Formats: sequence, C-alpha cells, structure tokens
Amino acid sequence: MNHEPVIQTRGLTRYYGARAVVQDLNLDVPRGSVFAFLGRNGSGKTTTIRMLLGLVSPTRGGGNLLGCDIRALTPAIRARVGYLTEEHQLYGWMKVREMGEFQAPFYPRWHDNIFQGVIGHFGLKPEARVKELSRGQRAGLSLALTLAPDPELLILDDPALGLDPVARRSLVESMIYLTRRSDRTIFFSSHNLADVERVADQIAVLDFSVLRACCPLETFRSSVQEVQLRFAGAPPALPEIPGLLQAFRTERELRVTCIHYNAETERALRKLNPLSLEILPMGLEDAFISYLGERGEKSFILADTEVAS
Amino acid sequence: MNFNIVISTGSSTPIYKQITDQVKRAVASGQLTVADQLPSVRALAESLVLNPNTVARAYTDLAREGIIETRPGRGVFIIQKRKVFAREEGRRRLEPLLDALLGEAMAMDFSPEELKAVLAQKLTQWQPKPGARKPHEP
Repeated sequence: MNHEPVIQTRGLTRYYGARAVVQDLNLDVPRGSVFAFLGRNGSGKTTTIRMLLGLVSPTRGGGNLLGCDIRALTPAIRARVGYLTEEHQLYGWMKVREMGEFQAPFYPRWHDNIFQGVIGHFGLKPEARVKELSRGQRAGLSLALTLAPDPELLILDDPALGLDPVARRSLVESMIYLTRRSDRTIFFSSHNLADVERVADQIAVLDFSVLRACCPLETFRSSVQEVQLRFAGAPPALPEIPGLLQAFRTERELRVTCIHYNAETERALRKLNPLSLEILPMGLEDAFISYLGERGEKSFILADTEVAS
Repeated sequence: MNFNIVISTGSSTPIYKQITDQVKRAVASGQLTVADQLPSVRALAESLVLNPNTVARAYTDLAREGIIETRPGRGVFIIQKRKVFAREEGRRRLEPLLDALLGEAMAMDFSPEELKAVLAQKLTQWQPKPGARKPHEP
C-alpha cells in the first residue's frame, strides 16, 4: 500500500487583503484515515479545503493532493476526489433519478449501485423532484452523487450542517460504510464533536487561521486534562504552570485545565500545598472547548509518531 | 448470548474504553464466559456506528489482557473467565474507584454499617451463579 499522505501541505498560506485566513499550514492526512478538520467558524477551514482542491490559489506555500501539486491538479487526479460543499448545489427541476443519470456520464467510474444504495439509505424516492426534498434529503442526494464515482479521497465541507439527527446518523453510517475499503480516505470538517468522536481517527484543529493540533483523536483528548485541587481555605494565587489552558477558582477549590500534564506540571501544582489533587477525565467536547477557549497560552499538539519534515 | 455493548458519545470515558469496560464487566459477572463469541471488528463498528479502528483498539487491549482471542477466519472469542492482575496492581486500580464510592456515600450520610450492607447485597448480585450460562439458543 502507498504510505504517502493523501493530503500534505507545507507552509500553506492565504491572505485576503492584509488578513491571513490560513497561515503556515502543515497538514498530513494519512491514507485510509477518517480525518476530522475542526475549528471555530471563520478559522479558515473552508479556505483550506478550497486551496486543497485548487479552487483558491495559495498566497504562499503549497501542498499535494494524491501526490499531485495542488496548483496543477489534473482532471485525472480530480476524478479520484469526491468533494461535498457546504451548500448542496442541485437542480431543483430534476428528479432524484435524473440527477444521477445526468451526473453519471461525467465519471468513468460511476457506480449506480452506490448511488441507489445511498439514496435508499436516506429514504429518497427516485421519482421525487429535487426542489421538494427536505434539507436532509438534499444532503443525502448530494452525498450519493459524490460517492457514486467511488472516490479515493472524499472531502466533505461541514456535511452535517443543518441536518436533523436522523439524517446526520445516516451520513455518519455512510462514512463508516466507506471505510470498508481500507485505502479510502475521508477528510471532513465538522462542528459536531459527537459525530467526530464516532467516526474520526485523526483530527486537526485550526484556530484563528493557525493549525494548533494534528494528531490521532485519542492523543488530543488525552493531552488535555483537568486537575482539581482542594484547599482548606481560599486557593492561593496560581503560579506559572507549564501548559496552562484555563483556571477556575471557587471558595476552596481550584480547577486547572492543562495541556501535556506531566510530572513537572504536577510538581508546580503540589507546591501550592493542596489538601488533594485529582485528575478528572475530560470528554472530547470539553477538551476542545478548553483548548480553543479565550484564556491560556497557545500550544501545539503533535503526535509522538509524527515525522517532522 | 444476551450481551449488548452500549456506547455514549460526549462521555469522559473514551469509546474504546467503554467497550473494554463493558466486556470486562460482562466477563467478571459471568454474563460472558469462555468460548463465547464477540462480533467481528467490522460488525461491531457498523452496529454501534463507530470507526472500526476504535473497535480494533478495544479488541487489541482486551487481547493483550488475555480476555479475548481473535482466531483468523473464525471470529473473536472470550478465552478467560477473569482478568488476572497481580494483587498489588489490582489494589492500585481499585483505589480511585473506592475513593469515589466512599466520597459519594459519605456525602449522602451513609453509615459504615449501611455501606457494608449495601456492598454485601450488591456482591450477591455479582456473584457468578452456577446457572448463569443460558441454555443453548436456537
């Protein structure tokens, strides 16, 4: 199997006027991964995706998509990539069946059984008019159109946006179904961390145009920890703590969220002489919010296995 | 076999650990016994709507602890009744759970006697019964 990343960027940067929308992005998406691209609204996710697909040219830096320079993507490479945009662009006057028939001739590898399978999974009737579909059904149709050419790399820009829980579950199931082929890669942006937790094995976190994590999901989660310190009286002032993200203080308690909690962090906290020190497990969503919250110093999580280039 | 894994997202327990915990618990209580079969990685991933790697990781952990074994072409089987930790290691792992239990119990004004009674009662429920194995299902 080919071990070259399916997406790789180095120093990828895009300015709009004087504002950097994406800054010095070094991204590595391993083949066969389900890769969640996370970040708050306006953090640069869509611009990054559009650069990867050659729809926006980088101001500086660059990258490869399936081994091909993103500034010079060939039709042959594009044919191996499925792209689902935030807005589902469909022809309202067509029927569901006609949309499939219309798209099929554009693709050498169109699989009608995949198209039928996905529309069936979303409960779509082939004779329904596109303009009469609900939002979830439209998403299902878009997904069917994107999956039918059997793309090697699937890029989904916030596919869950505006979907109800049932449609969202169908989407996640479709994504998991796709992992049956271990050489297929899914790169998707999302705000729904419950879905991310189910389906993703790798994540990247963009924050204010800068990449702040790029690692396995579990590495991210276990890197952010909350520590609860109890005191006899009011908690003392907090000294310099390495990797501090946030601190909350109550009458007799101090809750500190840290990144890369280690012996050094613990020593610094023990110096405060707490009655007790307890590490509290954190959910993915809390870890994410602490990591991207307003307070604390910026840090970067990289997988231990990550090979710096 | 009447054993179902239930996972929840948004928990502070990672999903792979929810799976290993539930299997271990089922083995400890006798709900799963030697030679019982677990679903394949793929089947469990699809039924729980999870990335197969998450299930694979749980199974790897369970295999490393000697609880399950994957027999290629045949499936995943329970191979051990009980996890054997060195006693000391077991105590170490039990400690935080005991603290949590006692902390809650104290906060709710349980007396030590009440607590012992509750614990004794619970123990009888957890004791693997000789008849815990269900008769063969069709």
